[in-house]
Amino acid sequence: MAAVVSSGVERDPAVPGRGDTPPAVEVRGVTKSFGELIAVNDISFEVAQGEIFAFLGPNGAGKSTTISILCTLARPTSGSATVGGYDVVTEARHVRRHIGLVFQEQTLDDQLTAEENLRFHAVLYGVPSSQVDGRISRVMELVALSDRRRDLVSTYSGGMARRLEIARGMLHTPRVLFLDEPTVGLDPQTRALIWEDIHRLRHEEGVTIFLTTHYMDEAENAARIAIIDHGEIIALDTPDALKGSVGSDTITLETADDDGALTALRVAGYRVRRAENGLTVYVEDEEAAVGPLVATAGVPVHTVRVHRPTLDDVFLHYTGREIRDQHGEGGVPMFARAHGAHRR
Amino acid sequence: MTVAASPARAGMVTTPVRQSSGAVAELRVVGMVWERELIRYVRTRTRILSGLIQPVLFLFVLGYGMSGLVGTVGGFNFHEFVYPGVVAMSVVMTAMFSALSIVWDREFGFLREMLIAPVQRSTLVLGKMFGGATVAAMQGTIMLVLAPLVGIELTALLVVQMICLELLMAVAMTTFGVFVASRISKMESFQVVMQMLLLPMLFLSGALFPLNGLPPWLAFITRLNPLTYAIAPFRQVIFEAQHMSAVAKRHFSTTVTWFGWPLPTWLELLIVLCFAAIFFVLAVRGLSKTE
Ligand SMILES: Nc1ncnc2c1ncn2[C@@H]1O[C@H](COP(=O)(O)OP(=O)(O)O)[C@@H](O)[C@H]1O
Ligand SMILES: [Mg+2]
Repeated sequence: MAAVVSSGVERDPAVPGRGDTPPAVEVRGVTKSFGELIAVNDISFEVAQGEIFAFLGPNGAGKSTTISILCTLARPTSGSATVGGYDVVTEARHVRRHIGLVFQEQTLDDQLTAEENLRFHAVLYGVPSSQVDGRISRVMELVALSDRRRDLVSTYSGGMARRLEIARGMLHTPRVLFLDEPTVGLDPQTRALIWEDIHRLRHEEGVTIFLTTHYMDEAENAARIAIIDHGEIIALDTPDALKGSVGSDTITLETADDDGALTALRVAGYRVRRAENGLTVYVEDEEAAVGPLVATAGVPVHTVRVHRPTLDDVFLHYTGREIRDQHGEGGVPMFARAHGAHRR
Repeated sequence: MTVAASPARAGMVTTPVRQSSGAVAELRVVGMVWERELIRYVRTRTRILSGLIQPVLFLFVLGYGMSGLVGTVGGFNFHEFVYPGVVAMSVVMTAMFSALSIVWDREFGFLREMLIAPVQRSTLVLGKMFGGATVAAMQGTIMLVLAPLVGIELTALLVVQMICLELLMAVAMTTFGVFVASRISKMESFQVVMQMLLLPMLFLSGALFPLNGLPPWLAFITRLNPLTYAIAPFRQVIFEAQHMSAVAKRHFSTTVTWFGWPLPTWLELLIVLCFAAIFFVLAVRGLSKTE
């Protein structure tokens, strides 16, 4: 439980790159209000260099607002933040040079080809002419779109456009790549491809990645996760530590003689309680525990069901509700529209 | 900060790009924004076509229709009079359309890509301005093919003069358009602006009828219109290349007067330039307020 912090508390988890280098992103007590509404409420955290850091939270939690502040598009109402060592308010221009940004909404010109979009970006960011072609080839390779380089973006699928945007964000070798809901509204295969891209970018280009998502299952790809709800960080840790913080693994057994098994297991020192149909046993590590458990029960076992806490459980634990409540299962149609509508 | 020293970057194969900045980098951006404008213009043939059809309609329907009414004066027809105005109209509409495409760019997100980049807003407006001016002048040049059909003679010098004046006109209209576009946040408003702003500006500019002999209040409005000062010299250079009789010259006057005082051409051009400069500043400001 010590692994979980509420907003505003400093901590220093064991993250690669921590200690010897300054953090890629450092946020201190940032608040952003729009009139009465407090979109982001006194959040503090650090992202280490080369880390994949995820902001996980439902719609309206304040994820995009946080990204806007870090990318200098919005000023914090109070608090301060640095990105790549530069202050987001006083050194905004430096910050902009050293970040890549992929918005939640698409920002490509689909009447241009992929290559033309990238060339435009390269010039905007002052990539030297001699390096432009090399960088374009490189980033197109990174997202596996090399063969579509000369195609109009209007012929791209939603997923390809998204991956092109990620490539574009990497073109000027940013220190930190911000991805706002990079996989929203995409089918599972495409989402998996995008995650492959993200890991490849981190590994091969060494970029720090800050992303937001409201998909629980995806957040596990990140080294660390900040769970944000109503503008506050309610938990921040590695996925495993977060899951560990809400409870242990459980194994549910259905046996020929539940009473006998219950006694035998309790005698052996297991924490057991009666479930609806069978027994629920609390264990440290579900996989290693199944064998000994069945042996200890001493009666014929019909079924074994194991359950390891998921991030859904974590979210439920800290907020008392499920993240999916916000916009129906996955919210795909809504977001598909947000992206789909942006095609001419 | 020595990024490469980080253990997380052990697998790194790319050295960070040294991004250039300063005047040369900004100029490159101007060129890029200009190039994009050209690419988009060339790729949307429907736009070129629709930019042609409306002026052609005006030229033939209005030109010949009114010719019957106005008659021939000193061997000069109304459609000959209206031709420069119609070319100017197509230049102005193309320039305005090019500038107002910023509204599209906002709707489809690309404006954000430009606005978050570490470049000056004025650089973006400058690129847009040159881009808009170039495509508008191209559209105006396409209109030259109609000249023989209405009996307007073209000389090499005249063509060069026309293109220069088209560029000036388009520069003013593009900056005006960018300024307007920076204030429009919705697509729907786009049509309204085109109807409520562009058409009245065209009608009240002397493009389609002579400015002399108007009722005073209408004459006054036309003198407030920047387009008036762009179209008059344009028509003047075209007429000068024609063999017009003195009667025709007097009848189809090309001079703009202020309370009876005829403005010299250089002053008209200066007025257009001033308008362009003012709109440029307003456009940069308008864009800065976005986001
Ligand atoms: N420009 C704005 N003006 C007013 N309210 C805003 C603005 N931007 C965001 N909000 C509000 O702030 C809250 C957080 O929004 P956002 O950061 O977009 O959430 P998320 O990205 O997590 O879905 C929401 O309630 C949203 O309505
Ligand atoms: Mg968002």
